[in-house]
Amino acid sequence: MLKKIRVILSVLLLFLITLYFVDFRDFLPESFSFLEEIQFIPALLAVNILVLASLLLITLLFGRVYCSSICPMGIYQDLVAWLSKKFTRKKKYKYSKAKNVLRWSVLAATVVAFVFGFTFLVGLLDPYGAYGRMVTHLLRPAYLAGNNLLETIFTSFDNYAFYKVSIYSLSLFSSAIALITLGVIGYLAWRNGRTYCNTICPVGTTLGFLSKYALFKIRFVDEKCNLCGLCAMKCKASCIDSKNKQIDYSRCVTCFNCLESCNRDAMKYRFALPGKKKPAAIAPAYSYVKAEKPGKEVNLVKPENELKSVDASRRRFLSASLVTGLAVGNLIAQEVSQSVLPKRDLKRQVPIAPPGAVSFDHLREKCISCHLCVSKCPSHVIKPAFLEYGLGGIMQPKLYFDRGFCNYDCTICGEVCPTGAIQPLTKEEKNHTQMGQVQFIIENCIVYYDETSCGACSEHCPTQAVHMEPYKGVLTIPEIDQEICVGCGACEHACPAIPYKAIYVEGLANQNTVEIKQEEVEEIVIDDFGF
Amino acid sequence: MDRRKFLRAVALTGAAFTTMKEADAMSVLTQSFQTNRAATNYDLVAVMGGEPEVMFRKAITEMGGMQKFISKGDKVCVKPNIGWDQPPEMAATTNPKLVAEIIKQCFDAGASEVTVFDHPCDEWRKTYSNSGIEEAAKKAGAKVVPAHQESYYKTVSIPQGKRLKTAKIHQAIVDSDKWINVPVLKNHGGAQLTISMKNYMGIVWDRGFFHANDLQQCIADVCTYEKRPVLNVVDAYRLMKTSGPKGKSPSDVVLSKGLFMSQDIVAVDTAAANFFNQAREMPIERVTHIAKAQELGLGTMNLESLNIRRLKI
Repeated sequence: MLKKIRVILSVLLLFLITLYFVDFRDFLPESFSFLEEIQFIPALLAVNILVLASLLLITLLFGRVYCSSICPMGIYQDLVAWLSKKFTRKKKYKYSKAKNVLRWSVLAATVVAFVFGFTFLVGLLDPYGAYGRMVTHLLRPAYLAGNNLLETIFTSFDNYAFYKVSIYSLSLFSSAIALITLGVIGYLAWRNGRTYCNTICPVGTTLGFLSKYALFKIRFVDEKCNLCGLCAMKCKASCIDSKNKQIDYSRCVTCFNCLESCNRDAMKYRFALPGKKKPAAIAPAYSYVKAEKPGKEVNLVKPENELKSVDASRRRFLSASLVTGLAVGNLIAQEVSQSVLPKRDLKRQVPIAPPGAVSFDHLREKCISCHLCVSKCPSHVIKPAFLEYGLGGIMQPKLYFDRGFCNYDCTICGEVCPTGAIQPLTKEEKNHTQMGQVQFIIENCIVYYDETSCGACSEHCPTQAVHMEPYKGVLTIPEIDQEICVGCGACEHACPAIPYKAIYVEGLANQNTVEIKQEEVEEIVIDDFGF
Repeated sequence: MDRRKFLRAVALTGAAFTTMKEADAMSVLTQSFQTNRAATNYDLVAVMGGEPEVMFRKAITEMGGMQKFISKGDKVCVKPNIGWDQPPEMAATTNPKLVAEIIKQCFDAGASEVTVFDHPCDEWRKTYSNSGIEEAAKKAGAKVVPAHQESYYKTVSIPQGKRLKTAKIHQAIVDSDKWINVPVLKNHGGAQLTISMKNYMGIVWDRGFFHANDLQQCIADVCTYEKRPVLNVVDAYRLMKTSGPKGKSPSDVVLSKGLFMSQDIVAVDTAAANFFNQAREMPIERVTHIAKAQELGLGTMNLESLNIRRLKI
């Protein structure tokens, strides 16, 4: 019975979380983002006290229910393990000793890295974030392909219930990470069930520590047990030492498989006060970590700073030489042929963080790269960064304008973000949030070099930070006002100049609020045709 | 004169029935026949002072009724401006009430199917819904089809074009029997004004080519595409006088309550431009695609040579 409830709950949650990620047509209402908000690490980063307290309370009462039924990565592993059982008939698990040194070291390393602004490690190991990337980069393309197939079928019958969508790779690095995650965790689950949860996962280690003190636990009924060992064979966490009638509660994910397996009804999930039989090995492991932490902190400060400065100066050198190279190239081109116009390539120096990301520091600190914003952005302007934010910000979201531009009134990324890395904005706040500033390169502009009308940039500009000013004859040419630019990239996306765009957006490390003057409505009455 | 034309048409129709059995050839014949007859009434109808749907009803009656332009069984495409993610009050998009009325009248005239689409600049799902056109058109019975993917477009040749020689045009237009062009009157940063001709940019896939290759010439060029709209209906119920084509605040919009209708795309744009000039100075010489279209023989800017019906409600 308990197992059935667990399985139904898990499957339902996994289905909804996954669908929420891939669902581009809003079948699930936006409020379903709570499925992401109840995840442990997101709640921790968002300082969502209510969720955190609930999760801790549930763990202290019932054990690692989070790992069993809420964490999508945990359920994914159960799914793989279940499949492996279908393929290898005599699938047996067996008890193994806890890998305490490994799991506590991973947790410590993650915490230390996070404290020093290297959120990448948390993002990499957080089971929810890792699952999100698997869905975004691996499952979503398949879902979209399925949609396109249905579209072809339905449209051929003159039914427009479906519409086509583009399928493309967002980031090679993130896709590779997602694939590796899928492969490694899948392999471990196929072989030994919940190995990841009990040796690597920082959430598993933390909750495992608490679940030792849970009030409800699985217990042997001594007089009924005949030491047959069936329970241990079914335990995907390998935490039942049936010979000694011992259960390592720090690793038990309360899946209840053992209860179902026992023929003699010798296992019960029942209430008991904690602290009777404490396994001796675990407490020292914890103190070992605590002692280790301050020492590491001191050591790590300097290298981090050095790394940054070296990196920045190298980047400056590279960009300087690039510019010089280009300038020389242009000069040579000019000398060779007078008719070739000097055109400047544009290269964004500073990445653009999504609206509501506040600052690069804020983003770096809070984002675990689950890529929900990447999946959900209706304008397809968010993709994972590589090294633009530095090493700690690999895979965190940045804006790009190849496929669209940030819709002026859209606030979806902030609304769905479960960690608060992208703050939820009202439409009004969004309209005044400056993510970047427009840059105009006149020598690349069609109006300048071709002397024909264009204005594609100004057309798309929601604040008229790019507006058209009288130029030669009847022509008008763009003029920019960075003060009221929100950095949405509409101008950059629309600019048709080839090979290099004449207008683009430079990101801001700290997002600003812009003042947009309200113009007075003047009463104009037209009472004649005018011809 | 009237009678002679009529008799000739009857004779031609008879001949066609006896000699040709191909439906395509038939529809071409009836289309040109109707074009001739419509021209015998007014060349251009201008209405002021009513609600969008009311002005349209008046105008189409003056033009001789929708059945003059749409025949029984026609697959019709209605092409409004749904370019931007703005509410109808911003006049960045065609008034949904007008679109709904046109669709309704197409069905009344016997259209077998009406499709509505535009290739928006903003994200298409938001644009379709926030313009109010998707809902209004669906309610009126039209199919609202997507246009955000290149695969919806078919390559056609534009032999008369000076800069634009081929274009990818949406299949809803290419496969239709008739289409109706329903722009909204707006200021436009690049083209100065956007009316009927500029509305063509929403039927093509690669707008960037236009901007990169003499925008004004390309706008005139695309209008030479062989399948011309049977009607151009300019929505000037509200007009966007500044910050066009997207607009940024209600101060850009004037409640002007006008509507212009003609088969002559140059004439209707000239009339609408003159109307716009009253809200904000915009000499027609600055909207150079209109003169370029006249040069290509698409119509006349000389409104005095036309039989115009002006109507105030």
